[in-house]
Amino acid sequence: MAVASINMPRAKRSALELRRVAFSAAGWVACGIALFMVIGPLLDVVWVVASRGISAFSIGLFTTVTNGTGGGLANAISGTLILSAGALLIAVPIGVGAGIYLSEYGNNKIGNTIRFLSDVLTGTPSIVLGYFSYIVFVTGLGWQFSALAGSITLAILIVPYLARISELALRQVPISMREAAFALGANDPVVVFKVVLPGALSGVITGVLLALAISVGETAPLIYTAGWSNYMWNGQLTHSPIGYLTYVIWSFINQPSDESHALAFAAAFIVMLVVLCINIGVRLVVKRTRFV
Amino acid sequence: MKLKPFRLSVLGLSLLIPAALCAVVLFLAIYSAPAVSFNGFGFVSRITWDLGNLYGDPVTVRGVQVPPGASYGILVFVVGTLLSSFIAILIAVPLSVGAAIFLAESVPAKIRPILSLLVELVAVVPSVVFGLWGIAVLIPLMAGYIGPGLSHILGFIPFFSGGNTGSGYGLLTTSIVLALMITPIIATTLLDALLQVPKENRESAFALGATHFEVVSKAMMPMVRTTLIGGIVLALGRALGETMAVLMVSGGAINIMPQNIYSPVSTIASFIVSQLDSAEQDPTNMAVQSLAEIALVLFIITLAVNAAAKLLSSGVLNGRSKH
Repeated sequence: MAVASINMPRAKRSALELRRVAFSAAGWVACGIALFMVIGPLLDVVWVVASRGISAFSIGLFTTVTNGTGGGLANAISGTLILSAGALLIAVPIGVGAGIYLSEYGNNKIGNTIRFLSDVLTGTPSIVLGYFSYIVFVTGLGWQFSALAGSITLAILIVPYLARISELALRQVPISMREAAFALGANDPVVVFKVVLPGALSGVITGVLLALAISVGETAPLIYTAGWSNYMWNGQLTHSPIGYLTYVIWSFINQPSDESHALAFAAAFIVMLVVLCINIGVRLVVKRTRFV
Repeated sequence: MKLKPFRLSVLGLSLLIPAALCAVVLFLAIYSAPAVSFNGFGFVSRITWDLGNLYGDPVTVRGVQVPPGASYGILVFVVGTLLSSFIAILIAVPLSVGAAIFLAESVPAKIRPILSLLVELVAVVPSVVFGLWGIAVLIPLMAGYIGPGLSHILGFIPFFSGGNTGSGYGLLTTSIVLALMITPIIATTLLDALLQVPKENRESAFALGATHFEVVSKAMMPMVRTTLIGGIVLALGRALGETMAVLMVSGGAINIMPQNIYSPVSTIASFIVSQLDSAEQDPTNMAVQSLAEIALVLFIITLAVNAAAKLLSSGVLNGRSKH
């Protein structure tokens, strides 16, 4: 092979080289364009939603409730906060508890099974979870569209993420710290709550924030469980539908008036701001760790 | 053995996660049982979705009460789901492979974190915000320029030709939005794998006189092929279950198969959301039960796809494990 290439006429070799160099250059250009086509739409989404969303901002947006075609977002903003807070209230103890089990005692068959089924739950489309909650809580238990049904659905959605991220965070605490605590005579709960959990607190908080971002941006399962309400939440856990921001985006963009569209963009801007801020903040603080 | 209350209590908490999954499957299966027996195997091969005459007296068919004339077939939605996800993968794979190669090899290490952060952020934008962008930006573009343009240039290919390229709401728009949403999944998976390729392999290829691009395409890409396929299948699982963005830009077809890439479509997930109001009107509850059966079908499809992704990425299939 080497001999052949040495004996090759000069002009022919340079043509081959030229072709290879040209092909490589074209490849790099194509790759660069591909990267631009992945990032470009994101920048356009942010730009379009931000510019049209901010222009719809006013004081009234945060103080008045929505009506059929427009109004403010007070009910939707408070509803999103209530639903997300409720979901975290249910999911954090379960998710962190599961993370503790999986990291501290879960190197066995039970742990592997739980991890596998938790991954399956992560991969389940959110609308399937929403439909489950609809037939069980909304119609089966007769709660109707309600804050509790919505919160439980969101909790089922985020709990596998919480478990996974908590487990990863707890595992980063060195074994020697556990051994030191055990040597001092500490029992299981003391080791976990006084040594391991404080050491992994930033990781666990990261998980909670990412879970919050997921629940703020979720729509499909809430349509089936939380319903929608033009009024502020009346404090009832069941039998009373509740509004949320993502519903405004979905339903108001399909209405004819400009006022409705402006409201949809304002809601989208708030949702996007929360989700992007949480995700950028988390990635800046926790460098080089990809959880999900 | 000594009883350990703390370990047992955290075990109890963690068992709630599999319990929730089992409850989802179990309740959907039990609830949809009458629909399964009424619809039979034709459920996935029938085209017509008709709730029947909801105001007529229910008739008893095969042991269950249904509205007269009711027929539940989901072939249109199965086809819509598979087709839109498939086209989305066709669009997303070259884009994400190119983006990952560029990020891994051609971008200075100082800027790489910023650009890869941007790629990751594409994945966290909520589905409904993508849908909003689709309606506001992409659909006018599709209806005005891309649709007619494609039909003009590629009209000789059957699926691309259409005298009327429609309103912009349809299969191609859906696939483009889906492709945008899944590119970061494939790109970040591939980027991680490319950054892990041993230095020796790269340097040997360089030493043989390969150009930088040949090093990447001929020496590095074959090493990460399995990981890439795993990422693609994972992305497919995400695309199949995507709901809101699809619902907003797909046009929502019922009872008609897509004729070309501009036709309105429905996916299983988007159809479930769009049908809630009508299904609730059915006094026999059969419509709601049939929707539960659809949800079950969607669950099974995504479960199979995700299991395949897990098998591929675990390296069981190629002998040498990557992770």
